[in-house]
Amino acid sequence: MNELTTRDLIIQGTYLVASIFFVLGLRSLTKPTQARLGMQQAAFGMLFAVIGTLLNGEILSYGWIIAGLVIGTAIGYPMAMKVAMTSMPQFVAFSHAFGAIAATLVGVVEYRHTHTINAQGIMPGMSHGVAAAIGFEVLFGALTVTGSFMAFGKLQELITGRPITFPGQNAFNIGLIAAAFVSLGVLVYNPDAAWAFYTMVSLGLFLGVSMVLPIGGGDMPVVISLLNSYAGLAASATGFAIGNNVLIIAGALEGAGGFILSIMMSKAMNRSFGNIIFGAFGSAPSAGAKKDGGPAKEAKVITPEDAATQLAYAGSVVVIPGYGMAVAQAQHTCRELQELIEKKGGKVAYAIHPVAGRMPGHLNVILSEAGIDYGALLTDVEDANRVLLTADVVVIIGANDIVNPDAEEDKSSPLFGMPIFRPWTAKTVFVVKRGKGTGFSGVENPLFTKDNTLMIYGDAKGVLGNLVKEIKALDEGH
Amino acid sequence: MLQIFQLYVFILAGFVGFIVIQRVPPLLHTPLMSATNAISGISLVGAIVAAGGQYGRLSTILGFIAVVCAATNVVAGFLITDRMLAMFKGQKAANAKDHAEMKNKAQAGAAK
Repeated sequence: MNELTTRDLIIQGTYLVASIFFVLGLRSLTKPTQARLGMQQAAFGMLFAVIGTLLNGEILSYGWIIAGLVIGTAIGYPMAMKVAMTSMPQFVAFSHAFGAIAATLVGVVEYRHTHTINAQGIMPGMSHGVAAAIGFEVLFGALTVTGSFMAFGKLQELITGRPITFPGQNAFNIGLIAAAFVSLGVLVYNPDAAWAFYTMVSLGLFLGVSMVLPIGGGDMPVVISLLNSYAGLAASATGFAIGNNVLIIAGALEGAGGFILSIMMSKAMNRSFGNIIFGAFGSAPSAGAKKDGGPAKEAKVITPEDAATQLAYAGSVVVIPGYGMAVAQAQHTCRELQELIEKKGGKVAYAIHPVAGRMPGHLNVILSEAGIDYGALLTDVEDANRVLLTADVVVIIGANDIVNPDAEEDKSSPLFGMPIFRPWTAKTVFVVKRGKGTGFSGVENPLFTKDNTLMIYGDAKGVLGNLVKEIKALDEGH
Repeated sequence: MLQIFQLYVFILAGFVGFIVIQRVPPLLHTPLMSATNAISGISLVGAIVAAGGQYGRLSTILGFIAVVCAATNVVAGFLITDRMLAMFKGQKAANAKDHAEMKNKAQAGAAK
């Protein structure tokens, strides 16, 4: 190893400071009140590391770097300030793709550079270890790039949210994975095999598309978490390839975060990783799911006036929102409704399922955006179920699978085993629903025909608006 | 030997990440994801060296694209995380207490 110069020491110092701020920033996320400050410090850590890098002796010209930084900021700033909280999953997918593009390109540049030097015979060949690192970097990077763009397309509804499948798909995907790993093996064995390197990049790009295609919109929380993990691993591998510890650390942190979230999301759906990636949930119509238990019961309907009266005099109300609420942008009206109920002496809480929305924790952000106090959000299924036992009225807005009793009662249901809310244990349940269709998974919901369930059909925002109007009218009647 | 040290760093960092992140409440899972995403935009550091080093014209262009993408990732990632966390800040503690009470009452009810 060469002697460390003062300059190297300064650079490494900035990296160490950055790493410490990153860990502290993530730690601050355990407390909502400290989180903002902690993450601002992490951002400073990043700035520090970038300034340190600019001192690197290998950098000979700054023109391209400054242009790149300026353009990147010009794209990133308006994007972050304008994006709606509802579109957060698309935004994160997009951001993953960008990070992964950077990691992949750095890998390609690094490989080309070393490869050229080898060809000129100036230096001994690339070591097997570096070849493996660059290999992992571009493989994970390429896969994350296209995978994230696919996820983005599905979330933005540029591509259908339904799973896209074809016969032999799983065998095809496994074949692709195997081919990618064979190329990686060849590259590690013979780092000069440029063809293996570029084959692997192309296979990675292809794999990202073919792995996300068969996954349905309802499984997006898992996919986004997995891509989060892959993006981290790609960044980490970049660190191995160019011998940079701060990259290894930051990448490992993201890798761990994505991994934990993927596990939590799969648990919340009671499904294994393998099942989500290879299962194509909801693609096959759940044949025989309909039981022949006499004539099907009709769901009862309640008018907004009657519903408003019940809500106005309820002591305890629990709202269970789903992605439908976010789509309808009903969160602000929902807060209005909450304030009216609270003014009349009732209490309102929100039960948020881990997989409600299109990414982990999505609905918490949407409700907080509307100014709803996070103290009112019940994010633990068991806690929420205890509160539901004593609730007077439950209002379900745009949620379906997470309140489907089949998950507990019907072994043949594809939802069976998923931890769900039990709204039917409350006195009365209102279900606000667009129409009589099934949820994202395409499964029937027997909750709608339970004795204490009353349906309010219509657009979530419109229905909540009506309820607000009716409760106000009640007041004026006094 | 160098790679063994790197592996040490990777495993220890992953371990720290695992322990810290496991304690992040579901309430903040979305900001968590955008935060880790922004942090891993540190590939910017690698991109800067690729763009600034004299590795040939194509490498410089690829490096430049990498800088643009990574900088977008970092700037957008940290800003959006900040925007989200600002919404979770400065809430009324009294209200939170109210809801804690509601939860306790429900627990007492369930115990009966």
